[in-house]
Amino acid sequence: MSTTDARPASVSASAAAPAAAPGFWFRALRHPGFVIGGVLTALLVLAAAVSYVWTPWPVYEVNMADKLLLPSWAHWFGADAFGRDVVSQLLMGARASILVGIIAVGIGLVVGTALGLLASARRGWVEELVMRLADFTFAFPAILSAIMLTAVFGPGIVNAIIAIGIYNIPTFARITRAAANAVWAREFVLAARACGKSAWAITWQHILPNIAAVLTVQATIRFAVAILAEAALSYLGLGTQPPQPSWGRMLAEAQTLMFQAPLLAVWPGLAIALSVLGLNLLGDGLRDLLDPKLARSR
Amino acid sequence: MALLDVEHLRVDLRTHRGSAPAVRDLSFSLERGQTLGIIGESGCGKSLSALSLLGLAPDNGTVSGSIRLEGRELVGLADRDWRAIRGDRIAMIFQEPMTALNPVHTIGDQVTEPLRLHQGLRGRAARERAVALLTRVGIRDAEQRLAAYPHQFSGGQRQRIMIAMALACGPEVLIADEPTTALDVTVQQQVLGLIRELVAESGMALVLISHDLGLVAQNVERMLVMYGGTVVESGPTAQVFGRPVHPYTRGLMAARPTLAQRLASHHGEPLPTIPGSVPGLFGLPPGCPFAGRCAFTEATCHTEVPPEWTVADGHRVRCSRREAILGASETIAVHA
Repeated sequence: MSTTDARPASVSASAAAPAAAPGFWFRALRHPGFVIGGVLTALLVLAAAVSYVWTPWPVYEVNMADKLLLPSWAHWFGADAFGRDVVSQLLMGARASILVGIIAVGIGLVVGTALGLLASARRGWVEELVMRLADFTFAFPAILSAIMLTAVFGPGIVNAIIAIGIYNIPTFARITRAAANAVWAREFVLAARACGKSAWAITWQHILPNIAAVLTVQATIRFAVAILAEAALSYLGLGTQPPQPSWGRMLAEAQTLMFQAPLLAVWPGLAIALSVLGLNLLGDGLRDLLDPKLARSR
Repeated sequence: MALLDVEHLRVDLRTHRGSAPAVRDLSFSLERGQTLGIIGESGCGKSLSALSLLGLAPDNGTVSGSIRLEGRELVGLADRDWRAIRGDRIAMIFQEPMTALNPVHTIGDQVTEPLRLHQGLRGRAARERAVALLTRVGIRDAEQRLAAYPHQFSGGQRQRIMIAMALACGPEVLIADEPTTALDVTVQQQVLGLIRELVAESGMALVLISHDLGLVAQNVERMLVMYGGTVVESGPTAQVFGRPVHPYTRGLMAARPTLAQRLASHHGEPLPTIPGSVPGLFGLPPGCPFAGRCAFTEATCHTEVPPEWTVADGHRVRCSRREAILGASETIAVHA
């Protein structure tokens, strides 16, 4: 009885709603990767947010009495070589990771997408130039170019962000160009041109909305890469500078104490691994959910 | 002065294999209210010609010759000037209504687009005009359906929406590139009927591109038969169908299955076909493009482009062997 009542309502609702909306959350909540990724990513964001209002202990407080303490009620994950609380440092470290992720991906997304769209709209030598510049950037391994930049401009979180962000630009430029070229070849673009639309109007109204899903997925995955890169740079002493906590630096400090306090290396390692795993799962989940062809076969 | 005057239109496509003349020496002229069909098989250059009329030839194509709209030369126009003409004075309906509408925008947005671009209509005025257009092309409850997305419409309805978009600014020339190929037969008839009505109503000129002989026969006054990038025969539809001269036109007519032939082919008797295949654009013979497949070929066919020859009033053909063909036409007619 209830099903027959519900049917007309749902039909009219789906007729009025936009294409992607009906059933997105319905499908999303049944996608295990998306759910796990979403929860892990939410935890990462939550940790960073909590660090602004509360940490179990003052982050920078050195308390030699608690040096290398094992997990206890006072220090849930123990304390490091200077007696600083590990939980508090992890929460603060999440902040650095998210900051780097957002800004570095933001730089890549905005500049890279703009370049990719330009290449795709103008074709010819513009496209050639943008793509060869992307190739040039890719010729240097990511971490090497980041080390180069921080070596020239000095270590620090700002330079690390810029270094990672610059490396994201060609990634987004390439993906945008490839996806945009595919959309440019679609007939509705020809129809839009036949209406008298300019290339910029078409790029904005037709190309960008049709590649938004690809870019969203890529941004999520590049976010994970950025977190990893920040950890690596901080581990090498080129990213976040002491006393500001960062997962990479926590790892580097724990390394010297591997045999006295192995747990100190486990916590930041776990934090990095779970964040990257979460973002990757989220990205994969989004890719599945935003692709209408995959959605139908599910 | 004719509304649309096309003279010696030529489109060369540059590829990695060199330059290929995809359209050669296309000439026709259209007055308001006139209808013209362009017929030919895939790759004969008919769609490319249509796109060239809108200045939308691909990036690797070079258009030369002359396209004049009310005396104004369009070939070589800057993109900005072309944009002012596209959708406003010359509009186009595409083959695939399924893909020619953007899936992420509502129908309302897409139908009002040309109105915003060319007439500066905004908000309510644009909406009202869109509703009127959609109602005119036969979309029911147009007011409510403005907010719907393309996937919520059937193929025939989408083609009607495409027609509404093309007609939004009251173009003087409407180009329909295989407008019904993707539709069911019954829907085809409805859509073509609608196009015919609208052409008669607004007095615009229609260029109908198709590979379907029946469709052209029913819907246009004059027709061009294209082969290998060039026009081989042209004239009033009734004339060309009644008395086809060019061996290619005759071949096309003979290859059209009648009910009797369909039955015969069911019993294992093959349909008549044109032997051979379309010449590649890179290896075009210096003479008549059809020479390699023609039953009437003589030596000069392979070396010289045949001149245009008038069969009857307005009915012209490019064939050096027309006399021999017309003499033999009684035997051919039996097949057709």
